Amino acid sequence: MHIQVNGESRRVREEINVTGLLQDLQLNVERVAVEINLEILDRGDFDVRILEEGDRIEIMSFIGGGGGISDS
Amino acid sequence: MRDDRLTIAGREFRSRLWVGTGKYKDFIETKKAIDMSGADVVTVAVRRVNITDRNSENLLDYLDPKHYTILPNTAGCYTVEDAVRYARLARAAGVSDLVKLEVIGDERTLFPDTAGLIEAAKILIKEGFVVLPYTNDDPIVAQKLVDIGCPAVMPLAAPIGSGLGIRNPYNLKIILETVNVPVIVDAGVGTASDAALAMEYGADAVLMNTAIAGAQEPIAMAEAMKYAVEAGRLAYKAGRIPRKLYATASSPIEGML
Repeated sequence: MHIQVNGESRRVREEINVTGLLQDLQLNVERVAVEINLEILDRGDFDVRILEEGDRIEIMSFIGGGGGISDS
Repeated sequence: MRDDRLTIAGREFRSRLWVGTGKYKDFIETKKAIDMSGADVVTVAVRRVNITDRNSENLLDYLDPKHYTILPNTAGCYTVEDAVRYARLARAAGVSDLVKLEVIGDERTLFPDTAGLIEAAKILIKEGFVVLPYTNDDPIVAQKLVDIGCPAVMPLAAPIGSGLGIRNPYNLKIILETVNVPVIVDAGVGTASDAALAMEYGADAVLMNTAIAGAQEPIAMAEAMKYAVEAGRLAYKAGRIPRKLYATASSPIEGML
């Protein structure tokens, strides 16, 4: 099935949960926030939340930053 | 300076210099500059994870949240909705309930949209966030932010990244006199004297990013800022002499020929 991850279409296996997606992407579960269809997911639900066709997923983390945004 | 700790919402901070982590050449330079500055509070931004480059490193691999207070910001948010969304994402990413709340009003000045700021702060405080608001040098807005429950306020010295120093020292002094929470001067510092001056006025801390990261030698500037903030703080506590128009001799007349 297809889902959107950080704005890009991605093919994933059926019945995959959020932890599975993060593992496939080799991301450290500890330091990310996951939003599915504009709803922020509790860390404790990463294992139970099964993704569905067309889900729009945002995986966010911390980057260097001060005030405002820069183009660098 | 050991006993001169800054306390905000029950959290103690060792350093009165807080730093941003943007605009550095790489994470090694970021880490070196921060360590040189002595800062124990570092701001970070919340962004999409790079899912295409699997070797991309994470800032927090260099800045261990056990040793620094990670202060996520809502930089780049121009609406209440976006700022609230980013703050919630920051909390969900698991660092803490702290947020440096920015609701930006305009791209050229990056001045805060203070009406939006107050609205977003209300929502987040209700949700249990410790909201540290990036605000204008406006004493009325600063007081409103305190009234709704912000445990500190962060008025700007000058536009973000401008290096202009304290553009409105009198307003800053009024804020320092009127609000009964810590005041952290945020944004606009250009060089060490700007930071020292803010501390001499009685600011509780200074937050900067570009002044260090954008300097020709960021690590050397980080050291300069560390001493500037410490010197300014010590001078504030020591109490400066009043300004007078005419001279007052420092040597006695007695015993002169």
